[in-house]
Amino acid sequence: MDIQVRVWRQQGPADKGRMVTYDVKDISPDASFLEMLDVLNEKLILDGDDPVAFDHDCREGICGMCGMMINGVAHGPERATTTCQLHMRHFKDGDTIDVEPWRAAAFPVIKDLVVNRSAFDEIIQAGGYITAPTGTAPDAHATPVPKPDADAAFEAATCIGCGACVAACPNGSSMLFTAAKVSHLGLLPQGQPERDSRVVDMLQAQDDAGFGGCTNMGECTTVCPKGIPLTLIGRLNNDYRKAIGKK
Amino acid sequence: MNFWTEGEDIADQAAPDGPIETRWERRRFSAKLVNPANRRKLSVIVVGTGLAGGSAAATLAEAGYKVRSYCYQDSPRRAHSIAAQGGINAAKNYRNDGDSIYRLFYDTVKGGDFRARESNVYRLAEVSVNIIDQCVAQGVPFAREYGGLLDNRSFGGTQVSRTFYARGQTGQQLLLGAYQAMERQIGLGNIEMHARHEMLELVVVDGKARGVVVRDLVTGEITTDLADAVVLASGGYGNVFFLSTNAKGCNVTASWRAHRKGALFANPCYTQIHPTCIPESGSHQSKLTLMSESLRNDGRVWVPKRGDDKRAPGDIPEEDRDYYLERIYPSFGNLVPRDIASRAAKNVCDEGRGVGPGGLGVYLDFADAIERLGQPAVEAKYGNLFEMYQRITGEDPYQVPMRIYPAVHYTMGGLWVDYDLQSTIPGLFVIGEANFSDHGANRLGASALMQGLADGYFVLPNTLNNYLAAGPFDQIDESHPEVVAARGQVEDRLARLLAVDGDRTVDSFHRELGHIMWEYCGMERTEEGLTKAIGLIRGLREEFWQRVKVPGTGEQLNQNLEKAGRVADFFELGELMCIDALHRAESAGGHFRAESQTPDGEALRHDDEYSYVAAWEFGETPVLHKEQLEFEYVHPSTRSYK
Repeated sequence: MDIQVRVWRQQGPADKGRMVTYDVKDISPDASFLEMLDVLNEKLILDGDDPVAFDHDCREGICGMCGMMINGVAHGPERATTTCQLHMRHFKDGDTIDVEPWRAAAFPVIKDLVVNRSAFDEIIQAGGYITAPTGTAPDAHATPVPKPDADAAFEAATCIGCGACVAACPNGSSMLFTAAKVSHLGLLPQGQPERDSRVVDMLQAQDDAGFGGCTNMGECTTVCPKGIPLTLIGRLNNDYRKAIGKK
Repeated sequence: MNFWTEGEDIADQAAPDGPIETRWERRRFSAKLVNPANRRKLSVIVVGTGLAGGSAAATLAEAGYKVRSYCYQDSPRRAHSIAAQGGINAAKNYRNDGDSIYRLFYDTVKGGDFRARESNVYRLAEVSVNIIDQCVAQGVPFAREYGGLLDNRSFGGTQVSRTFYARGQTGQQLLLGAYQAMERQIGLGNIEMHARHEMLELVVVDGKARGVVVRDLVTGEITTDLADAVVLASGGYGNVFFLSTNAKGCNVTASWRAHRKGALFANPCYTQIHPTCIPESGSHQSKLTLMSESLRNDGRVWVPKRGDDKRAPGDIPEEDRDYYLERIYPSFGNLVPRDIASRAAKNVCDEGRGVGPGGLGVYLDFADAIERLGQPAVEAKYGNLFEMYQRITGEDPYQVPMRIYPAVHYTMGGLWVDYDLQSTIPGLFVIGEANFSDHGANRLGASALMQGLADGYFVLPNTLNNYLAAGPFDQIDESHPEVVAARGQVEDRLARLLAVDGDRTVDSFHRELGHIMWEYCGMERTEEGLTKAIGLIRGLREEFWQRVKVPGTGEQLNQNLEKAGRVADFFELGELMCIDALHRAESAGGHFRAESQTPDGEALRHDDEYSYVAAWEFGETPVLHKEQLEFEYVHPSTRSYK
């Protein structure tokens, strides 16, 4: 199939940036979206142009490194799918596709489609862990965990930290990301001792990093490649109220 | 023509002898300690943040050392350990099915086709139980049963259920555990984290590893970082094949730079071809995707009995199907180890009975499991894998059998290390997939996660002390001639790559190298093919340095410059892999030499000649050093899964 892509090109943080149109010909419908960009880049290099910079690594939907706005939707038209797992069979011959980077105050553009998401690491540093230094652990069976809790914790823990939730949110909020971690750890018995401080500190870090506030729009969960549910934000808010109430 | 020369034998000086059950305990006791107050005066560089590097960095920082960590990704959470699906082995014997540390040890030595060190493997089995405890304490949400206790499943090459898992995302959950422990230490100021940085050279001063030269991938700035010890946790080299299940950025550069500086490289030809991957769909293919081995617990592998049977799989009746693994290996059936399952798939495809485009595929069929357990149960176990398959192929595996084919997945070879995980360069430690030490010629499923975390959480933090106890070492700074030289080497190399300005892209060279490696150094190797491959690689490497086109400059984010440096190192590694494969005129595990097979086509080892680790010294002509392997407990036998 032959398509046209309009790609955001931005040399660096100081550059204003602009959309540039390219033709990409003879793409297999079985190619992934990133493989389509590979084909474009091979051509750009041989033509003496600057190839499009984009983040990617595992290309199997789990590392969370890739991510771009495709026709205005984070990770493109398929639900619960990362950009690397989106295939060209979901587009039509002759389509024009817009490709832009995540746009959020807390994710500044580095180059083209590459953004800086280190603010996510700062949120985790603030409390997204259980303090259990190596060697201190009791036997794994010392504390049984009810299966429903373990399963729910797992669902929340599947977040890949790609940032689509932030990119989709009109407020540029990272609430779904933070809620996923607060829920994952808060649902487990091992996570109880730090449950209160965790939620308070992580929310503070989220504000400090420049993310916006949550107004329950739900755009985040719609684009989340792992389907992290909006209810986890309610859970976070509950935990937060309880933690503040104890102060 | 002589592709290699032979040097003196080497031995593992750090390994204790005596009863195997107490070797690790005695080594920990004999290792020197560092007083907690002195630890903060000692700095350690850790390259890579996967299961090995992440767990090591966190644990060393908890112990009080000053740690500086590097990764090429934008966050330590993205290292490729994250993609591991199936599970992690541990000898907990929670199933009461006869498992024990000794059995895990035995299975691993046998699974490695008697080409691994007994001492290392025993220690791995021993600490496996601590790993599960540690991960549960960190909040890793392993699968549980209704009573609230941990669930297990089986993996290839074993007859017990000892694999702990978190649906099909075990690697992700374990890595997030290590990452979170690391982030906690970053927050406390005990780890300085440098994401989007790539190590491009090792600094060796007075024979000791003292630092690294790194490139900031965003600004292109080249800096040096000096410390008391360097730990490489930079992963495997499967991407030498271009198409593999590795992440696109996985590379051998950190290991290869250390090798060029004097670290021996062991058993490079031992590569694991994973039997259950999604087949290639066309020339655009940029990587291959694994379908977890755990699927073989419930999926049945088959091809049509006749090659000309072109019916849809559902229309082929039982009597016209060949469940070849169950037929050839009745006692292990679909759960034979990876090397055996891969070669069996290749054999049926070579017979013309393969399915799908190009006849390069076999069926992995869940119809029986769905009928026996019901679709919801199958979904609960493998849901995310089925979804992934459907997304990539556009086919629904609940309705039609999956098509799978082997692909390069893991590399058992790596930098040579002693029992302390120290390379032949003092002060350079190597952990996880980057070293060679525990899996012999073939790794069992769910053992990579076990080894990465064993090395990082429990082994290295106990052995590194012994080295650092002699420190702090002489103060050196950036003006030291060795540091200046290392930095100069990096700058010259980058300048050379940019200066060629030829007419072929980096990827086109990488693809061509991958074809050569897959064709001649893949699932089946011959003397003739390997000799040919060495010539082809040399020619292609020469062409690379004359025709490669790297756009842009070194002073910016330049992903093609990053790739070019990695591919340049893959050329040199690829040649050494072929030389190693050529010299080892036997079949063992993932290394199958067509000249060395039993009458029924199974791998034939030659223990009298090849029961050693091949450790290669860098040079224009590589020099082979042999470390003889001794088996006191598990006596080498013909590995049979029939």
